[in-house]
Amino acid sequence: MDLRTRSEDNLQVVSVHDSRIDAAVAIEFKDAMRQSTDGGSETVVLDLSEVQFIDSSGLGAIVAAMKHMGQSRTLALAGLTPTVDKVFRLTRMDSVFSVFPTLDGALKELKH
Amino acid sequence: MSLVSQLPAFQVSVQSSEMAVREALKKLLDGLSPLSLDVEESGTVELVMAEALNNIVEHAYPEGDPAGPIDITCEHGADGLRLRVVDQGRGMPDGRTPLGAAANLNVDLCDMPEGGFGWFLIKDLAKDVTYHRVEPENHLSLRLAVAMA
Repeated sequence: MDLRTRSEDNLQVVSVHDSRIDAAVAIEFKDAMRQSTDGGSETVVLDLSEVQFIDSSGLGAIVAAMKHMGQSRTLALAGLTPTVDKVFRLTRMDSVFSVFPTLDGALKELKH
Repeated sequence: MSLVSQLPAFQVSVQSSEMAVREALKKLLDGLSPLSLDVEESGTVELVMAEALNNIVEHAYPEGDPAGPIDITCEHGADGLRLRVVDQGRGMPDGRTPLGAAANLNVDLCDMPEGGFGWFLIKDLAKDVTYHRVEPENHLSLRLAVAMA
């Protein structure tokens, strides 16, 4: 699971360089997210623009990553492709996360 | 109103394993390529079948049990795609599929559900979902309202 992290002012951006977050890699993704976000900034933007497919295991792994960051930090999601967006919409998980159609939009909104 | 003849029925067979689901989904979507599904439709097919197959790999052939076959039959008709999935693993508890109710998200962060979305997605997106135990096999059938005439 290839995650790349960079800082943008007050934000940490974690970009997923894989086309799928599915049952085969959900645990690996969860561990990689833990490593990337531990000790990081208060707000983390997860850039999903390269992810074409996510299943319920991948969704669960993203929820686990948010829970691991704790109440005081925010995990925002950016760049949801059509099928990824569908999973978040159908499960209503789009109401639990801050969801931004594009990474640029998320940065504009969240940077300060 | 398509003038193209209907796609003949086809079968995809894999041996249960962690990577088998990806392999089966790829073969299934390759088999459906003559239908030129749009991204919305192919997303529905991939998502529903991923959840159905993940359940088989996880629960019908759990770790410790020997692996076994998963056979998918796909038929295209005027009412969409009819998919049948047969495996020879353990049956569903109580002989039926989970209800697939929507998760309660109105909870504290620490109680936010990390699972249980699979059957909800299947029942939300698929029609005519039926499950039968036909010893020693599980038979799951469903219809997806895509590529309709």
